[in-house]
Amino acid sequence: MTIGVLALQGDFAEHRAMLARMGVDSREVRKVDDLNGVDALIIPGGESTTIGKLMARYGLDAAIRARAQQGMPIYGTCAGLILLAKDIEGSDQPRLGLMDIAVVRNAFGRQIESFEADIPFAPTPDQPVRGVFIRAPIISRVGAGVQVLSAFDNKIVAVQQGNLLATAFHPELTDDTRVHRYFLTLVK
Amino acid sequence: MSTHVSTHEQESRYEVQKATWRTKVGLAEMLRGGVIMDVVNAEQARIAEEAGAVAVMALERVPADIRREGGVARMSDPVVIEEIMNAVTIPVMAKCRIGHFAEAMILEALGVDFIDESEVLTPADEEHHVNKHAFKTPFVCGARDLGEALRRVGEGAAMIRTKGEAGTGNIVEAVRHMRAIMRDIRRIHSAPEDELMAIAKQLQAPYDLVVEVHQTGRLPVPNFSAGGVATPADAALMMWLGAEAVFVGSGIFKSSNPEARARAIVDAVTYYREPEMLAEISKGLGEAMPSLDVRKLADEELMAVRGW
Repeated sequence: MTIGVLALQGDFAEHRAMLARMGVDSREVRKVDDLNGVDALIIPGGESTTIGKLMARYGLDAAIRARAQQGMPIYGTCAGLILLAKDIEGSDQPRLGLMDIAVVRNAFGRQIESFEADIPFAPTPDQPVRGVFIRAPIISRVGAGVQVLSAFDNKIVAVQQGNLLATAFHPELTDDTRVHRYFLTLVK
Repeated sequence: MSTHVSTHEQESRYEVQKATWRTKVGLAEMLRGGVIMDVVNAEQARIAEEAGAVAVMALERVPADIRREGGVARMSDPVVIEEIMNAVTIPVMAKCRIGHFAEAMILEALGVDFIDESEVLTPADEEHHVNKHAFKTPFVCGARDLGEALRRVGEGAAMIRTKGEAGTGNIVEAVRHMRAIMRDIRRIHSAPEDELMAIAKQLQAPYDLVVEVHQTGRLPVPNFSAGGVATPADAALMMWLGAEAVFVGSGIFKSSNPEARARAIVDAVTYYREPEMLAEISKGLGEAMPSLDVRKLADEELMAVRGW
């Protein structure tokens, strides 16, 4: 099994380091050809407008959409969540638009409001996960086929729709591998 | 059927910790592989965002103009910074003078996302830098070598960038600084543990941070490049040398076609390992910014020597 990590911009190295700690092979995806032989894809944190523009300039948006429609699992963190969303409130920025959700960017405010907290995560009901939120988005609408995996203070911060997983927070900035382990259960 | 979720403010039942070291360094991590562009007004900020900048540096004057006009260079007018913050959705950085913690307090009150304690402005304190641990806003600082980088991290910098020689369009100093930093990281990483204290003494660097570099083989915080980047090839060169992202100051808006050059530098940072793509990216960008030979600058004109 090889997990692709979209490496156009952002904290892709942290995702690869986490996968390496778990003993999972990974590969950087920068060009359409890099998707060949990849069983699943992680879209990292970063600047969603930058990653979206680069995806569109180099044809990765269409290629990733096609693979997703064939069932390739995708996990997006923060910027990755924004890029997976069908609706981004107040923005027409380029996106994949694969998940039937709406997101609000920078929903907690500017960097000075960035925070950490122990929050629930449905696949690990006994133990909370450490949520690291950096200029983070929230999910403001979920469609019928979307399952909410984490919400706190009435804010939805993790969702799943079939093979697509997205979190507003950054497990890759912690030592806790459980969210990544949960994602790997979606990979056949 | 859709569910609408309320997002109004309320008392949290959760123990929320703001402005932790992890959230500060985390924002720097999110900027990796990106380009941070100097802008002086809302229009330039929008051009930068449209080109794919990961953040903008809000300024009244870019370094090339600071150099030309002389006099004391200070923090920008808050009106300029707020205009830029209101124009874009990407992070906005702003500069304070070295050691000028009152300017830094004002920048934090404005809500900028990153503060650059910058040698491009005239230093306010020739002995002490800002105690950056005392702020909620993360800081970036310039460095010419590893000792300087680790002293700044010791004071709380969440990101390091090479100083280069800003406003010259000449990459030679940024290359010198990045090579020096990477050379000393490799030396410490491969040194036996019993030599680390002597290395800390020689570099004038905090011992615990030298130990951390020994263990990890990298800076404790992201290592970016700044100072003299004028072309996509300059940006690619810095990425090859170990930069994790690139600041472009005067290089974009002092060139003849800022839109095309900004986009080309963004693409070059992502595809720096692909010579054929870089060749395409570098085509037809018009004139680069007017440049200066660093060796012909008088000592008092050098910015990189400010701070220690």
